[in-house]
Amino acid sequence: MQSTLIALVEDKPGVLTRVASLFRRRNYNIESLTVGHTEEPGISRMTIVVDSARTDVEKVAQNLYKLINVIRVEDVTEQPSVLRDLALIKVRAEGGGTRSEIMQLVDTFRARVVDVGLDTLMVEVTGTEDKIDGLVEVLRPYGIVEMVRTGRVAMARGSSGNGHK
Amino acid sequence: MKKTGAEIIWAMLEHEGVEVAFGIPGGTIMHTYHPRQDYGVYHVLVRHEQCAAHAADGYARASGKVGVAIATSGPGATNLVTGIATAMMDSSPIVCITGQVPTSVIGTDAFQEVDITGITLPITKHNYLVASVDELAEVIHEAFYIARSGRPGPVLVDIPKDVQQASTEFVLPDDEVKLPGYHPVGKGNPDLVAKAAALINQAERPVILAGQGVIMSGATDVLRAFAEKTDTPVAFTLLGKGGFPESHPLALSLMGMHGEVFANRAIQEADLLLGFGMRFDDRVTGRLNAYAPQARKVHVDMDAAELNKIVKTDVAIHGDLRQVLEQLLPLVFPADHEAWLERINGWRAQSHKRDIINRPENGHLVAPHFINEIWEATAGQAIIVTDVGQHQMWVAQYYPTDYPRHFISSGGQGTMGFGLPAAIGAQIARPDKEVWAILGDGGFQMTMHDLATIVQERLPIHIAISNNGYLGMVRQWQEFFYDKRYEATRLQNPDFVKLAEAYGIRAWRATNRRQAREAIAAARAHNGPTLIDFEIVREGEAANVYPMVPAGAALHEMIERPVYAMAQEA
Repeated sequence: MQSTLIALVEDKPGVLTRVASLFRRRNYNIESLTVGHTEEPGISRMTIVVDSARTDVEKVAQNLYKLINVIRVEDVTEQPSVLRDLALIKVRAEGGGTRSEIMQLVDTFRARVVDVGLDTLMVEVTGTEDKIDGLVEVLRPYGIVEMVRTGRVAMARGSSGNGHK
Repeated sequence: MKKTGAEIIWAMLEHEGVEVAFGIPGGTIMHTYHPRQDYGVYHVLVRHEQCAAHAADGYARASGKVGVAIATSGPGATNLVTGIATAMMDSSPIVCITGQVPTSVIGTDAFQEVDITGITLPITKHNYLVASVDELAEVIHEAFYIARSGRPGPVLVDIPKDVQQASTEFVLPDDEVKLPGYHPVGKGNPDLVAKAAALINQAERPVILAGQGVIMSGATDVLRAFAEKTDTPVAFTLLGKGGFPESHPLALSLMGMHGEVFANRAIQEADLLLGFGMRFDDRVTGRLNAYAPQARKVHVDMDAAELNKIVKTDVAIHGDLRQVLEQLLPLVFPADHEAWLERINGWRAQSHKRDIINRPENGHLVAPHFINEIWEATAGQAIIVTDVGQHQMWVAQYYPTDYPRHFISSGGQGTMGFGLPAAIGAQIARPDKEVWAILGDGGFQMTMHDLATIVQERLPIHIAISNNGYLGMVRQWQEFFYDKRYEATRLQNPDFVKLAEAYGIRAWRATNRRQAREAIAAARAHNGPTLIDFEIVREGEAANVYPMVPAGAALHEMIERPVYAMAQEA
């Protein structure tokens, strides 16, 4: 079972190291961690996915709060939220038949071809991790040359904002 | 007014109420030392930076104020690390100021460059690398605020040499710090407090587990009122010692691995445990699945991350202990637990029969004897600073104190070498008090170079060496659990009396109880630092700390004190 935490942090040097160091020191198991800017200058937002079977999510949140630069932590696992992962997948596509087969699959998954090489296609897909896993599985037989995934970002549904003020 | 970074450092230390700093100058911090005399902060030159951190820590624990340590970059900074880790584990408020190589060469492996903010990241409450002289005053103000507020802890401020040299317009920062993510807790949630009060009012066999939080939150008086109103006995953790007067009829003893049998038995048979400002350390609980099986548990702590970390509780209150106890006090009913206290006192009487202190004089010296002699001579009024090991447990057992901040010891980290420098800090914090540093022969030799600091500062510290020629606690474990193979624990010591005299410290040796008494009297009569080398029994039952809960055993599965026979000794 995976849990998703959103942490608002001050955008100061070393904050990512502090969070990463906390996970290492407390022996927490981390599935993914993403960081990016928010609508407010000076504040960054982390989405942290932990394996809650092996790591006590409440303890993670409480220990994150002990970091001076962490402003707010929210567990959105049980909240209606939009969870998104983005992947770029370079897949082998030799010969016209293969190429059109892959394009069809990409359409089915509402993904996009963003680059065409001599014998490869680069596919961009956004969605839940399950959806991306599904696309990866069907593309795998063609030969995946290279892949990168961003890890999960999350936002609670409804009109509430960051709410740190 | 324009000031250099160096001047701002001292101006800010003054502003934060700092009276003394412990440190050693060096290449990247000497610019800061230069204007020191123009400011009202006294500086104590120690002989190793580890001692600067421990002395700052001892100062903080004895005074309740923030201790300050200063070191240069590279090895100066890394030598602080053990002291910082010690302060972190025991929630002691210290601020460490380190020099750093100039910003222009950071990252180039410059001479004496080390990434001390990286190194201390997991062992500080927070740390800073100051990027510009313009932020220096604000950073120092924040550092002190963070160190002393909430759950206190060490904060390190790393200041590059060019930041110390640069000038800027000096303005005192606003009192209020701008830390959007830092809000120390005050009162507890009233619903949870009411729930806790209901459990307390139903309890028949309650026990209070008093931790260092009692002392840090200034809750000693309200704890006493609470214990008396609810007629609840009080056991304490090592660092909680002094939070409740040990002469009080409701006082139990140290709990856990070397706690008295009656205290541990009371915990095991309790129907309610009240964990007040403590963290259920493994040395306190013994085997967890057999810990206080009949007890409901209430836990109050400053640090939410400590709640339900080790022991699952029935009511966990996140709050400042003093404020939570003030909330609880009107909600609890006056109680009378006579039957429960009588049972405990029955166990207490049995423990006392076995007590080594009652062993007849036989020409040999054991540590409890000389500790008891120090207690009697000082009427229990001294500040006692210990090192780590057997003597530490014996002091906890045989130097009862009625006052907070009178027992200073490295608990969580168990740092050997802590005692001597921490005593320096304690004596400087409390020049009005008699300070005894009771140390093992092993730990003493880890920081004994700072005898020089004691002499140089004319500190009238009394040093008692509990000398058994062994790393005694390790030897005891080898005796119990490692087939008596005393591997690497035998110490060939120097003559500690001659050593002390070489530093200009008056010294005595005692090998029996009478000599111990005489040496203690002579030391107390001497105007200046003293050292007594107490040569105690090295092996055999009288050389071991009892009672003992072996690692992994439950609290009731303890090895009791042997019934001492006169002829048994080594």
